Amino acid sequence: MSGPSDYQPTHPVLKWIERRLPILGFAHSSFVAYPTPRNLNYWWTFGAILSFMLGLQILTGVILAMHYTPEATMAFRSVESIVRDVNYGWLLRNMHASGASMFFLAVYIHMFRGLYYGSYKEPREVLWILGVIIYLLMMATGFMGYVLPWGQMSFWGATVITNLFSAIPYFGESIVTLLWGGYSVGNPTLNRFFSLHYLLPFVIAGVVALHVWALHVAGQNNPAGVEVKTEKDTVPFTPYATIKDMFGVSCFLIFFAWFIFYMPNYLGDADNYIPANPGVTPQHIVPEWYYLPFYAMLRSIPNKLAGVVVMFSSILLLAFLPWLDTAKTRSSKYRPLAKQFFWIFVVVCVLLGYLGAQPPEGIYVIAGRILTFCYFAYFLIMLPLLSRIETPRPVPNSIADDVLAKTGSKTTPMVSTVIALALAGSLLAGSVQNARAEDQTPVSQKWSFAGPFGKYDRGALQRGLKVYKEVCSACHSLNYIAFRNLADPGGPGYSDAQAAALAAEYKVKDGPNDQGEMFDRPGRPADYFPPPFPNEQAARAANGGAAPPDLSLIAKARSYERGFPWFIFDFFTQFQEQGPNYIVAILTGFEDKPPAGVTIPDGSYYNKIFPGHAIKMPPPLSDGQVTFDDGSPATVPQYAHDVATFLMWAAEPKMEARKQMGLEVFVFLILFAGLMYFTKKKVWADAH
Amino acid sequence: MLSLWPFVSQMNPDASTIAAGAPIEVDLAPIASGQDIKVFWRGKPIYIMNRTKKQVDEARSVPVASLPDPATDQSRVKEGHDNWLVVIGICTHLGCIPIAYEGNYDGFFCPCHGSQYDSSGRIRQGPAPANLAVPPYQFVSDSKIQIG
Repeated sequence: MSGPSDYQPTHPVLKWIERRLPILGFAHSSFVAYPTPRNLNYWWTFGAILSFMLGLQILTGVILAMHYTPEATMAFRSVESIVRDVNYGWLLRNMHASGASMFFLAVYIHMFRGLYYGSYKEPREVLWILGVIIYLLMMATGFMGYVLPWGQMSFWGATVITNLFSAIPYFGESIVTLLWGGYSVGNPTLNRFFSLHYLLPFVIAGVVALHVWALHVAGQNNPAGVEVKTEKDTVPFTPYATIKDMFGVSCFLIFFAWFIFYMPNYLGDADNYIPANPGVTPQHIVPEWYYLPFYAMLRSIPNKLAGVVVMFSSILLLAFLPWLDTAKTRSSKYRPLAKQFFWIFVVVCVLLGYLGAQPPEGIYVIAGRILTFCYFAYFLIMLPLLSRIETPRPVPNSIADDVLAKTGSKTTPMVSTVIALALAGSLLAGSVQNARAEDQTPVSQKWSFAGPFGKYDRGALQRGLKVYKEVCSACHSLNYIAFRNLADPGGPGYSDAQAAALAAEYKVKDGPNDQGEMFDRPGRPADYFPPPFPNEQAARAANGGAAPPDLSLIAKARSYERGFPWFIFDFFTQFQEQGPNYIVAILTGFEDKPPAGVTIPDGSYYNKIFPGHAIKMPPPLSDGQVTFDDGSPATVPQYAHDVATFLMWAAEPKMEARKQMGLEVFVFLILFAGLMYFTKKKVWADAH
Repeated sequence: MLSLWPFVSQMNPDASTIAAGAPIEVDLAPIASGQDIKVFWRGKPIYIMNRTKKQVDEARSVPVASLPDPATDQSRVKEGHDNWLVVIGICTHLGCIPIAYEGNYDGFFCPCHGSQYDSSGRIRQGPAPANLAVPPYQFVSDSKIQIG
């Protein structure tokens, strides 16, 4: 991509190929001999990280598609069977799902880097615009991918986002019907989203090729923002950039692996573990974190059409950046004012993201409007203004000079520290506002399965199963658990024979037989726990209008707000036991008499944890109700703890394998990254 | 240009989806005053609400000109069946399902972005631009309607 190569293969076979298709010379000139500025910092490794992530998403995605069923009644279950039954399916799914978040994180850093160092300025406008197109394609791909598991958030996210198009005057409704292929989001919608979700990554790969092409024509920008002048300014791509990128990628992988193996649900929404239900809207429809700033802008505008226009233009605006910021100096390093406004802009984006996750009421709406204004003001007022009034500091004569003069000013870290503190302060203020609602938050329990080395307590699993069998199973199904699972490694630890014996206690409907009739037979290990009711309507009718939810995923489908700053600490402490905490809190949260002033409708019971406090489930547990063989106390708190442990295993049966492999992968990645670091130091020793 | 049409048109609802969207009949007899039911038609939830006298009076006493999307209550129900409100339960903002008998107007409240509708399904507060839509329907008898 950088002109004719002087690459001369020596091997006769390579010579033969090279005369007919000069692909080796092309690769050599693009990725080996290609001159790269010698002063690039680690923010520049995100290009390589993004290429790697795109490749990984395509690889895991193609494999997942081999096991996934894009059909409305089967999609949710097929994702669960990937995680539970496919060999390493949990790993591939976690990689793909967290990978999407990592991809967006990397692309945001890549974009902010471009913004800070003026990488969009002449002659890199087309390069930048191609980047904006890739970002738009990524957003579309990410959105459609999130719909595929067909959980509640998938379904309602799809409904809200496709409805954005209904804001278009005159044609809105017909466009939305066209997108849905029906009169609402349904099976045709899921089908076409699957098709497009499979297609778009390859379109992205195509645009990435153009992006890299444009990069190799215009040359890379660099932290000094001065163009390459002599050969002294550059180093060859290989080994210098290659090894540095390898080190960057391996560090990024360590961060990525933290999510894959230890926090797979940290970035997801608990509601997406509830199968899609067109009749019930979740309390808060929240998109994935990477769309939150735009969602906040959409919601802060009181007019529907205007809100949609604002949201889309906030992204399209980026494409015009090269003509909004006309300053001659590229790098914000030498622009004292632009640098400060850049950091303010970063904070505005983060705060918008925070607001996007909050309920649209009161102070949040007003703050959303102010920040939306700030977002647009940065591009439309500040950048054009700064390029006229700002006096930049002198830029170095050449890249080589910049490398030699590398004393490094200490102002940037200071500014960012102040801004980080301000950010933390304002978020804290926001969470204090929320504090009033938090007196009903479940208490954190001690769990044997918490933390990086956590394992299920076999005794608790077996006792929990007993509680489920003798109490919960009267009303609650356990549809995703088969009897064979009870003998799986990392589970309750029964033998195959014990699991088969337990299965045989149940009657399972089978058929039709040769006479065309259904018949009952004893259960086999491959059968699933039979549900207590034949269908949801029967369950609803028998329980005063409220259908008891299936319990297979309940430990992941229930959660509660942790609030700032806890959700940040949770990332480091690997706290993800909201579900079991909630189950224990519900089971022990019944009170005979509601507090004064609270009335509970007939047929409901007061529960201090349940949202709204009126729960249709009567207090299910009482002391002495279930007897344990191992001498554990027959008390309600013990029952609740055991059944919550059991349900956590039911929701996450591969947890032990996941954490075990996580340890191995971490040891490997840290060694690999260390190796890369020292190789990089050695390679670069003569270049600095 | 015309040759592109099949590639676009295939995305529209197919024949079976359209056929499944044929009119349905709903028996109103079991719905007591002050109660509502939700039926699905064309994949959309339809609220059928047997309004109390208080709800009807509230809906009719508000000055029509003061509403964000002005419409009289009379124009949204069938004459002679003034207590029956039949609306598509899809928030006109971004398509969530409002909850009946919540909010400040004895009508509907949308949990997604906080739109509030009154006992005639008219938007009163929040980001939604329009009233809840009234589906095509007629009374086949005093206690039975046909939607569609």
